[in-house]
Amino acid sequence: MEDCLAKKVEITVSEAEKRTGRNAMNMQETYTAYLIETRAVESQSEGQCAPVDSLWRRYSEFELLRNYLSVTYPHIVVPPLPEKRADFVWHKLSADNMDPDFVERRRIGLENFLLRVASHPVLCQDKICYSFLTQEGGWKEMVNETGFQLKADSRLKALNATFRVKNPDKRFTELKHYSDELQSVISHLLRVRARVADRLYGVYKVHGNYGRVFSEWSAIEKEMGDGLQSAGHHMDVYAASIDDILEEEEHYADQLKEYLFYAEALRAVCRKHELMQYDLEMAAQDLTSKKQQCEELATGTVRTFSLKGMTSKLFGQETPEQREAKLKVLEEQIQEGEEQLKSKNLEGRDFVKSAWADIERFKEQKNHDLKEALISYAVMQISMCKKGIQVWTNAKECFSKM
Amino acid sequence: QDLSLPNGTPVDTSSPASSSSLLNRLQLDDDLDAETRDLFVTVDDPKKHVCTMETYITYRVTTKTTRAEFDLPEYSVRRRYQDFDWLRNKLEESQPTHLIPPLPEKFVVKGVVDRFSEEFVETRRKALDKFLKRITDHPVLSFNEHFNVFLTAKDLNAYKKQGMALLSKMGESVKYVTGGYKLRSRPLEFAAIGEYLDTFSLKLGTIDRIAQRIIKEQLEYLVELREYGPVYSTWGALEVELSEPLEGVSACIGNCCTALEELSEDMTEDFLPVLREYILYSESMKNVLKKRDQVQAEYEAKLEAVALKKEERPKVPTDVEKCQDRVECFNADLKADMERWQNNKRQDFRQLLMGMADKNIQYYEKCLTAWESIIPLLQDKPETK
Repeated sequence: MEDCLAKKVEITVSEAEKRTGRNAMNMQETYTAYLIETRAVESQSEGQCAPVDSLWRRYSEFELLRNYLSVTYPHIVVPPLPEKRADFVWHKLSADNMDPDFVERRRIGLENFLLRVASHPVLCQDKICYSFLTQEGGWKEMVNETGFQLKADSRLKALNATFRVKNPDKRFTELKHYSDELQSVISHLLRVRARVADRLYGVYKVHGNYGRVFSEWSAIEKEMGDGLQSAGHHMDVYAASIDDILEEEEHYADQLKEYLFYAEALRAVCRKHELMQYDLEMAAQDLTSKKQQCEELATGTVRTFSLKGMTSKLFGQETPEQREAKLKVLEEQIQEGEEQLKSKNLEGRDFVKSAWADIERFKEQKNHDLKEALISYAVMQISMCKKGIQVWTNAKECFSKM
Repeated sequence: QDLSLPNGTPVDTSSPASSSSLLNRLQLDDDLDAETRDLFVTVDDPKKHVCTMETYITYRVTTKTTRAEFDLPEYSVRRRYQDFDWLRNKLEESQPTHLIPPLPEKFVVKGVVDRFSEEFVETRRKALDKFLKRITDHPVLSFNEHFNVFLTAKDLNAYKKQGMALLSKMGESVKYVTGGYKLRSRPLEFAAIGEYLDTFSLKLGTIDRIAQRIIKEQLEYLVELREYGPVYSTWGALEVELSEPLEGVSACIGNCCTALEELSEDMTEDFLPVLREYILYSESMKNVLKKRDQVQAEYEAKLEAVALKKEERPKVPTDVEKCQDRVECFNADLKADMERWQNNKRQDFRQLLMGMADKNIQYYEKCLTAWESIIPLLQDKPETK
């Protein structure tokens, strides 16, 4: 793997700031801007602190960057952005985009996105990408000048549109099926996890009521009073502990969400292959029919039905000159078609080769990351259990002194 | 085999602190009764009886004793709830100046609770056992003649039919028949007890509601967890390298579900019934306080009546004297019982709350074990294929 950007430059999204401005329709809007800081890594090894470059970007600019990358590198599984709107929330979490916790998690997600792009062997070399990090003014114009929107295949947008591909690469068909299943299972997991979090919150918080009633009860007791009172305090601690626990768990949910969105990116690559294959097959079909028409004209036999053929039968045959002209046009078209088919074939094979390479890279990354995510989730659960044991052991000691 | 202290309360051997609590309890008991234990009663072995008219449960009541009041050193009889209820009524009648322990609730809403389920029968058995042990512990009630018959008679029904005409050997005979006398003011110490009982039962009621709410929330949490775990399995089936880790997480969550279920069951079966028992206890104690008020009111009324008649009788008439005796006896018995009750209450709640803490600790320990055991599975590097 060549030296990717991530090895040369330290990238952080360090701050988020609320801004107000005027949008395209000259209406006032509030949005959040994120500070991207970059610092060269090399000079740090010399013991010096390298200067930090920084610029501000908002979410829509990140979106523009990603769209550009998706269109320009259709064979790459492009890293996804953190969600646009808060989804899979459990009741205490705010679904408001301006909520500071949401903004904070988004800041982390955007940093993660940049790190992913910067450590990708292909994407990190892109100039638009580099200027996103270094050139605040005029970047948008630069992106639009590439004319990438023209390259964008509108058919790709309709990711669910079906068209019949006769001979797709089986690996891509399986992979598309996998990405569909992955999206479905992670969505389900995130939904249930949110409900689990909700319920767990309820269990912990109700225990807080013990604190109050033990305190009230201790007031009428002599020997039992102290033990009850201090146990009640531990119940309050227990009830309060759930807030931090669930906040930590949100990071796990975010890790899952990243791969939920990654599944979409994976699907897009498979779709691109299908589209290319479809175009190839259509082109081949078109060529075949043209060749057939050619043959029919030359030999005078009509094998295929054509309206032109019928009308010429009804209204009289063509002159030999007309037929000659037609043949010539067809032969030119056939030659063009064969060349096009050749290049399309080549394109298709190249695509399959480079896409599959990136897919293999992605698979390894996915397995590594998700394993790490599961480990950190287990560690969180272990910490929660240990806290629970601690609190109840403390309470038990208070009760024993009653 | 459950270990029990000589007074019958079971020992919690699950925690290392139990030996010190054992010692504590023995010392307290020695303070309570100067005499050594010479009466042991246990309730166990519930059995279902199906007859043409009804179906009911009987429990085995075993007695071991060296007391002279008993002809034999050992007895084993079978009793049903009705019989316990009869005993309690008899005790209230014949020992109105004492606090009689409560019975578990008589009526159960049919259809909502299964009267013959293992859990219900076991909960009831424990409460009945506690009931008899509390009587056994009492220096006056344990010598009650009806109690003796309850523990020993082969045919209790025949004895029941003999009715109230039986004169006891102890000397207390007729019920305290009191007219509708109104007490002007309760003496300070009994007023304090009354107030205490009011607040106490109020707080217990609140705790009961909180505990029920927690159980409800835990069960709802359990429902979600039961859906959560299997999703990891479904995902695992999609993957190759991640298949084992995901299956591991799924199984882990399953284990936590089991642990949670056990916690909720324990709280329902062991914690809530004892709370309710004490609420019933408070209620019956308040009634005894009222009876005491009645007795005092009667005495005060009769005394006033005599004072109004002035010189006719220089001596205080005997029936007024008897009233005075009654009041003083009642007050003395009640005070002694209150002290005993307070001490027992402290021990009972200490044990109850420590038990609750223990059950929660065990729940978290089970979950901890489950999650710690899958860490190596998650960190495992698969062999390169």
